[in-house]
Amino acid sequence: MRETYRKCLGLVAGLFLLTPAFAADEVVVYSSRTEELIKPLFDLYTKESGVPIRYVTDSGGPLLARLKAEGANTPADVLITVDAGNLWQAAESGLLQPVSSDVLDANVPAHLRDPQGQWYGLSLRARTIVYSTARVSPDELSSYEDLADVRWKGRVCLRSSKSVYNQSLVAMMIARLGPERAADVVKGWVNNLATAPFANDTRLMEAMAAGQCDVGIVNSYYFGRLQKERADVPLALFWPNQGEGDGVHVNVAGAGVTRHAGNVDGALKLIEWLSAPEAQRMFAGRNMEYPVNPEVDPNAELVQWGSFRQDPRNIADAGRLQAQAVMLMDRAGYR
Amino acid sequence: MRPDSQALHPGVGLDPGAQRREFSRHRALHRFWRVPSLLLAGVVVLPLLVVFAAWLQPEAEIWRHLADTVLAELVTNTLMLLAGVACGVLVIGVGLAWLTTMCEFPGRRFFDWALMLPLAMPAYVLAFVAAGLFDYAGPLQTLLREHFGPVSWVPDVRSAGGVIAVMTLVFYPYVYMLARAAFLTQGRATLEAARTLGLGPWQAFFRAVLPMARPAIFAGLALALMETLADFGAVSVFNYDTFTTAIYKAWFGFFSLQAAAQLASLLLLFVGVALVTERSLRGRARFHEARHSARARPQRLRGAAAWAASVAAGLVFFLAFLLPVVQLGNWALQSLATDIDARYVEILLHTLLLGAMAALLTVAGALVLAVTRRRQSDHLTRAAVGVATLGYALPGAVLAVGVMVVLTGVDNAWAALMRMFDEQWTGRLLGGTVVALLLAYLVRFMAVAFGPIESSFARISPSITEAARMLGVGPLEAVRRIYLPLLRQGLLTAALLVLVDVMKEMPATLMLRPFGWDTLAVRIFELTAEGYWERAALPALTLVAIGLVPIFVLVRRSAR
Repeated sequence: MRETYRKCLGLVAGLFLLTPAFAADEVVVYSSRTEELIKPLFDLYTKESGVPIRYVTDSGGPLLARLKAEGANTPADVLITVDAGNLWQAAESGLLQPVSSDVLDANVPAHLRDPQGQWYGLSLRARTIVYSTARVSPDELSSYEDLADVRWKGRVCLRSSKSVYNQSLVAMMIARLGPERAADVVKGWVNNLATAPFANDTRLMEAMAAGQCDVGIVNSYYFGRLQKERADVPLALFWPNQGEGDGVHVNVAGAGVTRHAGNVDGALKLIEWLSAPEAQRMFAGRNMEYPVNPEVDPNAELVQWGSFRQDPRNIADAGRLQAQAVMLMDRAGYR
Repeated sequence: MRPDSQALHPGVGLDPGAQRREFSRHRALHRFWRVPSLLLAGVVVLPLLVVFAAWLQPEAEIWRHLADTVLAELVTNTLMLLAGVACGVLVIGVGLAWLTTMCEFPGRRFFDWALMLPLAMPAYVLAFVAAGLFDYAGPLQTLLREHFGPVSWVPDVRSAGGVIAVMTLVFYPYVYMLARAAFLTQGRATLEAARTLGLGPWQAFFRAVLPMARPAIFAGLALALMETLADFGAVSVFNYDTFTTAIYKAWFGFFSLQAAAQLASLLLLFVGVALVTERSLRGRARFHEARHSARARPQRLRGAAAWAASVAAGLVFFLAFLLPVVQLGNWALQSLATDIDARYVEILLHTLLLGAMAALLTVAGALVLAVTRRRQSDHLTRAAVGVATLGYALPGAVLAVGVMVVLTGVDNAWAALMRMFDEQWTGRLLGGTVVALLLAYLVRFMAVAFGPIESSFARISPSITEAARMLGVGPLEAVRRIYLPLLRQGLLTAALLVLVDVMKEMPATLMLRPFGWDTLAVRIFELTAEGYWERAALPALTLVAIGLVPIFVLVRRSAR
């Protein structure tokens, strides 16, 4: 018994001394893009440049809280998130630093990066309309706003308003239409719901395929995944709001250099590399997202859905107006 | 319990002087006990204070908005959920514990341990499986539609009822295990005494046995309800809005960690008031065993009663464990070939190691608190111990922020100190080490370890310790020779609960783990964060499987 205690004590003491050692040129990344989507890129970068990368994954909110608490002592050089809202918030709370880079300016379109250069989008997540090919003809569809029309009563499926993708969508709608009109649209959506909002896009599409509703709003890559699993799924994507100066709502997964980065140079080089064609194909392709770099064509699977015009407004608005959007959805009774 | 305030009877065969010396040595040791336990309580309380400190930065606009829109509904939803889960876990947990410890029916030996297994099932996993199976697009409703056309009479699983059912099935093992431990140590004496006094079997159960087991049952119920309050995963799957979803909305939606912490502190206050109320209702009642009696000989059920017992236990086992495991297994098989690699060994090792270390640490901490609580009843100690066990009711991520703020505060101070000697110093002390994570587990799971230990304490008669002291046994020796053996069941239960809970724990592990320390829960996060729920079945099933190991140990050690 005593022997066991001693061993346990030794183990605990051993772990206590096991503080991490950092290599000099190493880049440390906090990422809310998951390991599965990001590790292959890091591995390739290390292979090409010899620079080791150390990373930790978590959701955006906790990563920001962590950066804030650690302050000047943070080990992190780069922050990667999967939505523009958290990037905007990180910049707003002074957790990132502006960088200027001709490479990034060339590779990332202006509306997908922070005007001050605090963060840069790296892949596009298009949030678009999905419809049942059995019960809806694409001629009936036109815009997000149109789903608020009474002719869709009892036919709309939506994901929860707690999804950051819906919060960004409504925030950009506020930027586009103004708060009153946006509130009317959201109220209309809620009135047209066929069933309570879903926890995720996949469940929403499964319900639609089973006949619970006819139209909905999802991120395109979830549809791609479902299609891969069930090639005959009776659903299709529609690109709404294709008029001049308008476009499909897109969110970005992106990155910024942290305010207290110990290795600013290494951090910037990594982000630049991620925006270059080779990495762009992998970064976006692994999850069937669209590359931000206009030089790079999307995956073959995505080409079959056709091309579309993106909302040209700066995606930073998604962060700036997010709290307002959440309040608007609360008032509209959108759960 | 205040041994030192009670008059000592003149010892037989002890000389009075020696007894007096013995007595003052006791007092000194009692005071000595207070120091480590107050320190321990301090460590646990600090992160909670960080949460309360959020009130220093008012968030009037968000509060006004919440009060105007969703707050009333959230509170109603949460209270409804609590009431439903409380009824559910009490009926299922106490009822099944009674059946498996005090009765004999077909399959009892199997159900005795099998009914603990759902403990290893994370709530969000069962929620996801249930939503998948019973929702509109799920196999059940699809089958019904194929045979009967459109069906409108099937209740919607994504509703209050669905959430309550899922949480009841996941959290009843807390009540089951603690009630079971109480019934096992309670012995036949209570029941027989009640029967001798002319009570029928039901009356004896409700008027003698149940009140005696009250500390244990309440401890189990408190754990189940605190988990219910803190849960975010399961309610998210059902898109059911509770107080905790509002906390996350404030944080992730409004970008206000302050408002989130303020909401969370209200949750803590609510739990604190509930616990204090229960204590005062319990009043001065004591729950000691009259003597260490023989264990109960089970009552053999016959005919319909026996089969009803088997069916009830079987149904709970099927819904809470077998069905989700089969569904998980089905999904896991699909991803087995692609997802399992060499890293899995490392992940398993980390999961087990963290669980075991946290269990050891937390049980030791809870034992110190419980001993102090028994020996000291001044207000400071009571309050400190009470607050130290609130961490379980906080949503994990909020608590993790509290822990992190404390730890990084220590680290930053340390770094500032070191830079006075060496300007280039960049090392760190606690952040990013296993110690940080263990501290977080200690704070979070103190209540889980404290409940079973304290409820077994409550059943130890002070006369035993008095007797020991009369025989000249010192306090430390009393712990070793009296408490530890009598508390064995409670300690084992506590260690098992903490071990399994730590292995399931996600938010604090994510936030505080050292680089590369991935666990099974982290794997589940990695997959579910991008919507790969089916692929998350593999780590989830592995989690359930290794959760079985400690359960088997407990069962073997406590077989009746």
